[in-house]
Amino acid sequence: MAEVQKTKEFWRWPETNWVNPNINWKKSEVITAGVDVGSVSTQAVIMVDGEFFAFGNTRTGSDSPNSAIKGMGYALEKTDMIIENIDYCIGTGYGRVNVPMAQQSITEISCHARGANYMYGPEVRTIMDMGGQDCKAINVDDKGKVLNFMMNDKCAAGTGRGMEVFADLIHVPVWEIGPRSFQIEKQPPPISSTCVIFAKSEVMGLLEQGVPENEIMAAYCSAMAHRIMELLNRLSVKEKFVITGGIAKNEGVVKRLEKELGVKTAGRVWYKKEFIERGYPFDTQLAGAIGAAIFGDALLKMGKAKSARKA
Amino acid sequence: MIVAGIDVGGKNVHIVIIKEGQILGKGAAPTGIKKAEAVEHLYDDVLKKMGLARKDVERVVATGSAAKRVAFATGFITDAAADARGVIKLFPKARTVIDVGAEEGRSIKMSPEGKVMDFAVNGKCAAGTGTFVEAMSRALEVSVDEISHLTLASTQNLSINAQCAVFGESEVVSLIHQKVSKPDIARAVMNAIAGRVASVARIAGLEDDVVLVGGMAKNLGFIDSLKKNLAMDVVVPENPDYMGALGAAEAALAAVTTDGVKIRVFEKETIS
Repeated sequence: MAEVQKTKEFWRWPETNWVNPNINWKKSEVITAGVDVGSVSTQAVIMVDGEFFAFGNTRTGSDSPNSAIKGMGYALEKTDMIIENIDYCIGTGYGRVNVPMAQQSITEISCHARGANYMYGPEVRTIMDMGGQDCKAINVDDKGKVLNFMMNDKCAAGTGRGMEVFADLIHVPVWEIGPRSFQIEKQPPPISSTCVIFAKSEVMGLLEQGVPENEIMAAYCSAMAHRIMELLNRLSVKEKFVITGGIAKNEGVVKRLEKELGVKTAGRVWYKKEFIERGYPFDTQLAGAIGAAIFGDALLKMGKAKSARKA
Repeated sequence: MIVAGIDVGGKNVHIVIIKEGQILGKGAAPTGIKKAEAVEHLYDDVLKKMGLARKDVERVVATGSAAKRVAFATGFITDAAADARGVIKLFPKARTVIDVGAEEGRSIKMSPEGKVMDFAVNGKCAAGTGTFVEAMSRALEVSVDEISHLTLASTQNLSINAQCAVFGESEVVSLIHQKVSKPDIARAVMNAIAGRVASVARIAGLEDDVVLVGGMAKNLGFIDSLKKNLAMDVVVPENPDYMGALGAAEAALAAVTTDGVKIRVFEKETIS
């Protein structure tokens, strides 16, 4: 298939990884990992004695097993750990059954709930997760247990792909859209189409009419916030209300969603103050993988799983 | 009496000029962004080719998603009524009209007189419209004509799991990576859109004869998939994309003549 040469891929956000400099894993007892293979991105997280140790956040390729391997490799890259040192690994996400290094898989709803509880604390009651190709609203208890949820994974509207398609269309890097959507004189009406494909035609029409780009971004972010609202309205949103997934990084959508809902979302910072003080990165896309790694730790502690460590 | 029917659709404008019992001329052009202009240009082009002037046309009835862009219309008619009126004229035994255009898929159940009894529309979601096929053709790197031919050469009856055209594009890409043949992918695409269209049709109710119109009715691969999904025969007129315009023209004629057929024609509103 001939590759379309693009000078820049506006939807391609940078891949990142990190290791916790404060932990000596060789002196630890239990090492667990979570690998969240989504349709758009893959995250691998390593927890050492239940503490946040390392992560890799990558783009999913055409193949789930290879994406998992790449994600895990990237998470381990800055460490001197190897896969064989890991006691237990849990796969989650769309490609969870194809994670070669996982001992079992757990659904992403459960993992996201647990991960959000770790990241944002036990006061969390409603989680909005926008993934690459789906959008979920989850109500949880103080332990991060799922009480009920709503999910759209059939329609691109209100998903990360919807934002990526837009970024590609207007030739603006996806991470610039949020900030630029506020650099406007007045908030325009939202794009009227729910459907991403029809919205694309609408956007092309606006571009042709010479509407300023930032205004078009504002209109699109509004439309997306509105779409998420429709999902959230089918669940009762309870505070503390948090957002996970890639879209949490888009203030353009988040702020407009807060306005429409009349509920503020929690700040995108760690619940544990020490983590903030130590400067641990807070990446909202990691919730699923964090939750999976925590489940692994819990299963081992409860004797419901056996260590698979080889080295 | 010469009348005109103008169908201003999401993608294309179609115009039909008729005199009692006779189609005198027709034409089509992309609607584009400046819809009113596209209509004016096409209308003048079609009339010019026929050696007619605007004053020779006694009534102009417009239909389609952007019908109101026809500044010179003397009346308007709904898409469903236009479809019904156009089809019943050519196919007296038609009871169901399925119209799949660029941005809408609809199904109309008619009485033997061509009255709209029930209808169902999908206009919110690109899947189940011509836009879906365009998007999938792009992902397959073929033209919309080619995807139709490819479908007929398929040897497997695969399906696309994605309901959505955006996700469908990713799925097509992974099918290509899995080395599935283009004809088989094309068939999967047609099965997907046929499935969506058939769902809409079942809501309105299906009864023989089923007539398929709209731009997608020119796609042989789609027609084949639709017939199989409905497990019914589907009649396709020549120039199926002109049926809306033809129906609007027939409505214009009926409003002028006094054969007692009741149709809903809205009198011209002020277009600002």
